[in-house]
Amino acid sequence: MNRQRFLPRERFQSLIDQLKAAGYDVVGPQVRDHAIVFDALTKVEQLPIGITDEQAPGRYRLEKSESRRCFDWATGAQAIKPMTFVARETLWQSERLPGGGISFHDTLTETRPVAIIGVRACDLAALSIHDHHFMRGAHPDPQYSQRRQSLFLIAVHCMRSAATCFCTATGDGPQARSGYDLVLSELDTGFILEAHTGRGLDIVLQMETEAVTAEQTEQADAGILRAARQQHRTLPAGPLQEKLVSAVEHPHWQTLNDRCLSCGNCTAVCPTCFCQTHVDEISLDGQQASHVRQWESCFNPDHSHIHGIVIRSERSHRYRQWLTHKFGTWEEQFGRSGCVGCGRCITWCPVGIDVTGELAVLCKRNEP
Amino acid sequence: MNNALSKPRVAVHKFSSCDGCQLAFLNLGERLLVLAETVDILHFAEAGPIDEDAMVDIAFIEGSVSTSRDAERLKRIRENSRYVITIGACATSGGIQALRNMHDSGEWLAGIYAQPGYLDLLPESSPIARIIKVDLELWGCPVNGEQVLAVTRALLVGHMPHVDQNAVCMECKRQNVVCVMVTQGKPCMGPVTQTGCGAICPKMQRDCYACFGPAIQANVSALGAHFAASGMSAREIAQRLLFINNQAEPFLNSGMQWQSQAAPDSTTSPGIKR
Repeated sequence: MNRQRFLPRERFQSLIDQLKAAGYDVVGPQVRDHAIVFDALTKVEQLPIGITDEQAPGRYRLEKSESRRCFDWATGAQAIKPMTFVARETLWQSERLPGGGISFHDTLTETRPVAIIGVRACDLAALSIHDHHFMRGAHPDPQYSQRRQSLFLIAVHCMRSAATCFCTATGDGPQARSGYDLVLSELDTGFILEAHTGRGLDIVLQMETEAVTAEQTEQADAGILRAARQQHRTLPAGPLQEKLVSAVEHPHWQTLNDRCLSCGNCTAVCPTCFCQTHVDEISLDGQQASHVRQWESCFNPDHSHIHGIVIRSERSHRYRQWLTHKFGTWEEQFGRSGCVGCGRCITWCPVGIDVTGELAVLCKRNEP
Repeated sequence: MNNALSKPRVAVHKFSSCDGCQLAFLNLGERLLVLAETVDILHFAEAGPIDEDAMVDIAFIEGSVSTSRDAERLKRIRENSRYVITIGACATSGGIQALRNMHDSGEWLAGIYAQPGYLDLLPESSPIARIIKVDLELWGCPVNGEQVLAVTRALLVGHMPHVDQNAVCMECKRQNVVCVMVTQGKPCMGPVTQTGCGAICPKMQRDCYACFGPAIQANVSALGAHFAASGMSAREIAQRLLFINNQAEPFLNSGMQWQSQAAPDSTTSPGIKR
């Protein structure tokens, strides 16, 4: 059988039902508090049907659209990062023993299999970076690995870009290319389903689907092309590592010192940022302690507090560190840029600082 | 403090305040009872025990210093305490009552009291750290009881407590709270406010009003400029900054600048110092 099948819109519920029948908890995009967020999904009606997003630096608004599509929006408030690299979790616990010693034990608990519907190309690219960081090193992270391995991913090709999207510049979208079990192309009449794993195919085979017509394939391709053409933000010609490192004294950093709130929103919404801090929480009687990991940001002065000194005490230093790492030295560390072009750092910056604009200025002096 | 013969001794003192921070303690309920088993609470007027001059390991202080008698009492507390920890906006930055520092409060008193001469008021309502050395400041209006408890636990086992220095924004993101500023254009103070509250206002889709005081990295002028560009008047921005933590320096400095740019308004109280 062809790996591509067509699922008419009125039968979309059967995808959720099949995933549930296969034992997955299903998660999908929905509207909450004026944004699109991922949450537990049981009914197609929970999806953001006929909702589109209007994004600009420091601005995110949902609007009604003419269509009945479920994925006619570009990006939500977060990628799937909160589900893999969770914001706060206990890594281990310890307790005093009556004899005077201390015992340590891990806190890993069983994870239920989760199917996520609506993962974008940029989210998948970011996930691949996190996989590399958390699972492929000498010391795989047990918590991350366990959650990651329980995921069944249903990607969606983007047919529409927000004004802040620039995945064509990073090469990560708008078409999802790898790292998923199933991918959807949403057309007005329904969805083209394409399985990329055996278990993905098993789900498709359980559903009542139709052959895909040449016209439907054309419509899907045209949609992806449209999304790509809607993007107007670009990045300076790479690799950026050398350009950024040599721009370390650029006067433009000072303007960021004046404009940047140092609030850390850009890092928290970035699907690839993974900085963390660890705190020990002690029980009232002093007999037990929990070692807790939580999201941290390089914009917090505490983050560079080493041996009694805050190494990056100025806001401009912290912004420079973030931007230079994300777009420059990340290449040396991970073999690619740390940016996947989702544009969240632009949209969710309360004062609308646009990394693409800042990079253009910072790299200009070094262009021939 | 780790003397095996006696339990650590704790006092909770009150100065000019609404008692809300002491209530945050009391609201811990059962855990306060557990705490009471591990320490001796010698002075805590809101809860019962009274021994103002007790020698203690930890003195928590609520409220600001408003009278000369307050200042004297405070100095005695410092002498009697190993650690002094301020709890809440009043103790840490002067509180709402410090608004009088920016006004001609003599005129206010004359307008309210028949015989203001009986009042023993210092010229300003001051945060505790202006009068004595403070070992740790906990912010909030009121404080977060959980944070007070965590600090107490850390001190009891003998290390300096970790206080999260991030802006409220980081806590919103950790809790998957959608930004009210970006989605609704609300003038949220979260980006310049220290976390610790648990992002309780944004969680209810309200904008933060900075009751936990300035974040250590706060860029208050950039946020003010952004508010102005979004259509807020200088007067509104000044009110946003000169509120519960009006004496906290980043808010005070920036707030006074916006105040000086604000158009005079006949409905304000008289005697604003410009």
